[in-house]
Amino acid sequence: MPKLTVDGTEVEFEQGMTVLQACELGGAEIPRFCYHDRLSVAGNCRMCLVELEKAPKPIASCAFPAGDGMVIKTNSDSIKKARKGVMEFLLINHPLDCPICEQGGECDLQDQAMAFGFDKTRYEENKRAVPDKYMGPLINTIMTRCIQCTRCVRFATEIAGVEELGLVNRGESVEISSIEKAINSELSGNLIDVCPVGALTSKPYAFSSRPWELRKTPSIDVMDAVGSNIRVDSRGREVLRILPRLHEEINEEWIADKTRYAVDGLRRQRLDKPYVRVDGKLQAVSWDVALQTVVDKLKATSADRIGAVAGDTSDAESMFALKGLMNGLGVKSIDCRQEGAAVGGERGSYLFNTTIEGIESADAILLVGTDPRWEAPLVNARIRKRFLEGGMTVGGIGPSVDLTFQVDWFGTSASDLQAVLDGSSHFSSVLENAQNPMIIVGNGALIGDDGEAVLALAGDVAEKFGMIRDDWNGFNILHQAASRVAGLDMGFVPSENSLSAKQMAGALDVVYLLSADEMDMKGFENSFVIYQGHHGDAGAHGADVILPGAAYTEKNGTYVNLEGRAQLANMAGFPPGDAREDWTIIRALAGQLGVELGFDNLVELRQALVAAVPTMAAIDQIVPTAWAKPGKAGAVSGQAFDLTVTNYYMTDPISRASETMAECSDVFVNIGEPQATGTEG
Amino acid sequence: MIVTSRPALETGNFQLTGERRELADKIKLRYPEDRVASAIIPLLDLAQRENDGWLSKEAIDFVAQETGSASIRVYEVASFYTMFNLKPVGKHFIQVCRTTPCWLRGSDELTNKVKSKLGIEIGETTEDGEFTLIEVECLGACCNAPMVQINDDYFEDLTPEHLDKLLDDLKAGHDVSIGSQSGRIGSAPEGGPQTLLETKG
Amino acid sequence: MLQDKDRIFTNLYGQHDWRLKGAMSRGIYSGLKDMIGRGRDAIIDDVKASNLRGRGGAGFPTGLKWSFMPKDSGMPQYLVVNADESEPGTCKDREILRYDPHRLLEGMLLAGFAMGANTGYIYIRGEFFNEASNIQVAIDEAYDAGMIGKNACKSGWDFDIHLHRGAGAYICGEETALLESLEGKKGQPRLKPPFPAGCGLYGCPTTVNNVETIAVVPEILRRGVDWWTGLGPENNKGTKVFCISGHVNKPCNVEEEMGIPLRELIEKHAGGVRGGWDNLLTVIPGGSSVPCLPFDTCCEINMDFDSLRAVKSGLGTAAVIVMDKSTDIIQAIARLSHFYMHESCGQCTPCREGTGWMWRVLERMAKGDATVDEIDMLLDVTYQIEGHTICALGDAAAWPVQGLIKNFRHVIEERIAGAQRAAAE
Repeated sequence: MPKLTVDGTEVEFEQGMTVLQACELGGAEIPRFCYHDRLSVAGNCRMCLVELEKAPKPIASCAFPAGDGMVIKTNSDSIKKARKGVMEFLLINHPLDCPICEQGGECDLQDQAMAFGFDKTRYEENKRAVPDKYMGPLINTIMTRCIQCTRCVRFATEIAGVEELGLVNRGESVEISSIEKAINSELSGNLIDVCPVGALTSKPYAFSSRPWELRKTPSIDVMDAVGSNIRVDSRGREVLRILPRLHEEINEEWIADKTRYAVDGLRRQRLDKPYVRVDGKLQAVSWDVALQTVVDKLKATSADRIGAVAGDTSDAESMFALKGLMNGLGVKSIDCRQEGAAVGGERGSYLFNTTIEGIESADAILLVGTDPRWEAPLVNARIRKRFLEGGMTVGGIGPSVDLTFQVDWFGTSASDLQAVLDGSSHFSSVLENAQNPMIIVGNGALIGDDGEAVLALAGDVAEKFGMIRDDWNGFNILHQAASRVAGLDMGFVPSENSLSAKQMAGALDVVYLLSADEMDMKGFENSFVIYQGHHGDAGAHGADVILPGAAYTEKNGTYVNLEGRAQLANMAGFPPGDAREDWTIIRALAGQLGVELGFDNLVELRQALVAAVPTMAAIDQIVPTAWAKPGKAGAVSGQAFDLTVTNYYMTDPISRASETMAECSDVFVNIGEPQATGTEG
Repeated sequence: MIVTSRPALETGNFQLTGERRELADKIKLRYPEDRVASAIIPLLDLAQRENDGWLSKEAIDFVAQETGSASIRVYEVASFYTMFNLKPVGKHFIQVCRTTPCWLRGSDELTNKVKSKLGIEIGETTEDGEFTLIEVECLGACCNAPMVQINDDYFEDLTPEHLDKLLDDLKAGHDVSIGSQSGRIGSAPEGGPQTLLETKG
Repeated sequence: MLQDKDRIFTNLYGQHDWRLKGAMSRGIYSGLKDMIGRGRDAIIDDVKASNLRGRGGAGFPTGLKWSFMPKDSGMPQYLVVNADESEPGTCKDREILRYDPHRLLEGMLLAGFAMGANTGYIYIRGEFFNEASNIQVAIDEAYDAGMIGKNACKSGWDFDIHLHRGAGAYICGEETALLESLEGKKGQPRLKPPFPAGCGLYGCPTTVNNVETIAVVPEILRRGVDWWTGLGPENNKGTKVFCISGHVNKPCNVEEEMGIPLRELIEKHAGGVRGGWDNLLTVIPGGSSVPCLPFDTCCEINMDFDSLRAVKSGLGTAAVIVMDKSTDIIQAIARLSHFYMHESCGQCTPCREGTGWMWRVLERMAKGDATVDEIDMLLDVTYQIEGHTICALGDAAAWPVQGLIKNFRHVIEERIAGAQRAAAE
């Protein structure tokens, strides 16, 4: 390996590294603003200057390729002076509004000014003021604070794939601008994180809190099945904001906007008391009354007239408890697939087997009935990342949505998938010639009556085109529900001769809905509906008894993401009012119904869960899973696939309760942009 | 390759017409096929000429569409280069060179002449829409200083008196001679060349 | 004084026909086929031997620059002519562009062949509208006559030339900013490395040369290296078009021998300093980016790269800006600072923030509205910019201010003292 010397220490580095990266290997701290290791190099802030022996002037270490035998100094007097100079230039036109700046306490400029700057200003002229910009409902701009590092422009263009931000004008008049348009990306919130100063801040979070007042809880997102790693920042009981937590294999350092911004939904329309419907009206009651009502009803109903559905954001623990309860009662109609996607069976048949990081090794992708941009923005971002490296072809069967990369939408229905298998589609040869081809099947292809047949077809395609090998598994289901894989792993599905969620409509006397709100409640008009959940959404509206539970930030729970990776979410605060952690509600019911679940606390519950589903013990790991042929062969229809997410910003009770998400829906989905004034925020 | 998601552009009714349309197509052929974005600047120039000397949003979007570029990229370009006007200008766009070589030879007097004669400040347009005055940086005719550019033409070796008459002539629609207003031959010294006397064309 | 027979730009003042017929009568395009027939290496060797240094300001050896172009990159290679002449004081390329365009095209063909480029672009500043029109006419004529295009001049070499007009940005004279602009972007200089010879226009090997540099090449080859190296001092060979502007009696462009004494240049060709030589205050000898010279230096300095470098100034573009004693030198430099502020691309911090700072301080100093301490602070600011930017515009903005403070500190101090006295009264 080549070597260079950093401040007298010899450092080995990999060919292709920059001087900055090599210096960091040598333990030198190089200040920077514009440099971001996931973005292209701009080299414009000039903060990372270092001395290169024999060079006539200092070099920008972020942009300079490291070379064998280089001698670098990062802390010579001339470099310290150069940094002080750059720091001074950055500050002369930067407002002294730190006390009222949202970024205060977590500001790169503030921190680096303390470490590398002057303690006073020599600038006596008037400071520049820059008009604020409109960037949509999520991003607040105070452009006078901007240091023109262009990280935001590069993020939008490169990572998010929306070419809507630019640096306009020139010289000291340069300004970041979106030409007064909302940034139309599901990843826009990350602009706030990449901004090293307080120019781009969170609009909904504005003036809520200071970072040091917040309790920071590492946790897992449930807005989709990706399992993005998040940090929940709360004060008292209230969750104030959600930020990404680094996980290279899942979300890198990004999160999607729904993950970040649906938090205000946690404060609205909450179920904080048990309710029982009396004379057609829901009345608040005590826990005793509510539980007794449920117990009486369940006791009085024959097991084959009872069903249970686990919703999309349910944690594995409560599903496992509910499954135990239903088992104890002899109820066999249980399901965790409210929309009726034809997934299930062997584990290898329903995972995103390639893994998210594995996408980077693929060279052809066939999308079937899916819009990854809305169903899993970070999977989409990873595909884009791979796409930009070049040498990858993406084809699609389904509605031709804009995914921020080139997609050859060559088909619309299962017949087109059949054509791929038969070799009569031009995409067959693309898959044929690929080294590591992938197929990604979404709910859009699986919710039809021929769902199982489509799935089997997808499995055949995978087998035929070399997607299933010892060293490569290119078969993937793109789930949308955070609870889905855990539910399937534990068998929260109907057994033989019992009803699936879709079949329960009109066919049962009692249904138990565990945070299941995305079903057509009309089907349960004649059933007695027990709704356990946290929001007054569709499920609660149609309920006869409401058992108030906890949202994902209010309980310790296990979620298994679409890759099959079990992760632990942590409680950041207590549920509101009388609401309880979900598994405890079910445990209480079981006690009164005389059903022995085998656990009395969370530790015991998890032990039982792991005993039943060993993969749950492998926290944050991908457990090798054997290939299993999915679905059931059969005839497929020529009906065009529909997409199942019609509004990214509203997919679950929390996001539907969020005012921020409602605003986003108005701006981005229900089109009709608000009048941009340029002074908003 | 950067592939991005962007909404379809609405360019309204903006179109290049006649010779400009033909020229635009010709210009695009100067660059490799997959590098049409190179034509952004020349196309913005044509669009500005089509649009009476300034670039509307529709004109910018039009160029974006013509070159397969994002609107913001074209807007960046339009806002970067000084020859693109993002708001309307007068029929005669007076650009007085203010940089040191011209200043040394009296460019301030030219600016003041225009201001007092037309009653406008720098950056303003006369009410009749005939003239807009701006100051610009070095136009590269320093040996014929002071000078102004009006629309496409240079007027050099100017005095306030020359300029006064020039503006009258322009407003009246008279023909004006471009280049040196003092009768010099190109940038040869006043009184005629002292060199190149032996050479023949 | 250079003899007319040794002048290359025989139509510098536009007295003769600039079109193809006139150009050919001046010998342009003659013997081209044979020159090309000598092969790439022979041409590059001759240009190297001639010691031709770039006429755009930096004075980099042209032959060496050409030799950086790869022999077999497998990619298209480009010659780009920098006709973005915008350095204050400089107006020489304009004369070549409008009055001798074929000389440039001829040079491009030779240079393009020598560096393995089949395509040449002329990037001309947008304000040169009429000059661009002439160039376009010349290009069309040259195509029609078979001088360029397929099998140019029957040499067997295919060479296309395209004109590209800029739109008002001094920074596009910086070669990588020019390439960005040619690609349809803002003229923001690129980070180097990589250098254009490896990764230039559209990521392909590219050489960017100044108009005058390219235009003198055919005559060097035609008349022979010995002729060229017989002119000018060691390491600063040949002829050069000088632009003499400002406070002289007869401002003009003139082609002279490199190394001509400044005083001779001004007095023989530009009619002398207004009010006589002793009325001279200072001269900026090479375009606005180089520091001004004190009077004593002006009396004895020779106009070539190395002589001016030795007195910590530069030949730059050989644009001689003369200022007599009536000049408010602080205001004169403040104007230049305004120029650099206006022309800063805004990309990197020191230039974006520093140029405006310098201008504002200088404007105050011109009025005496400053403190004496601020002179050193201003000097410190120039050092904070110098050497810390992506391109040389930062340096170019800093040097005139450094020249002012070095040579005219007393003027600033007196101005400040005067203003303070006036305020006290």
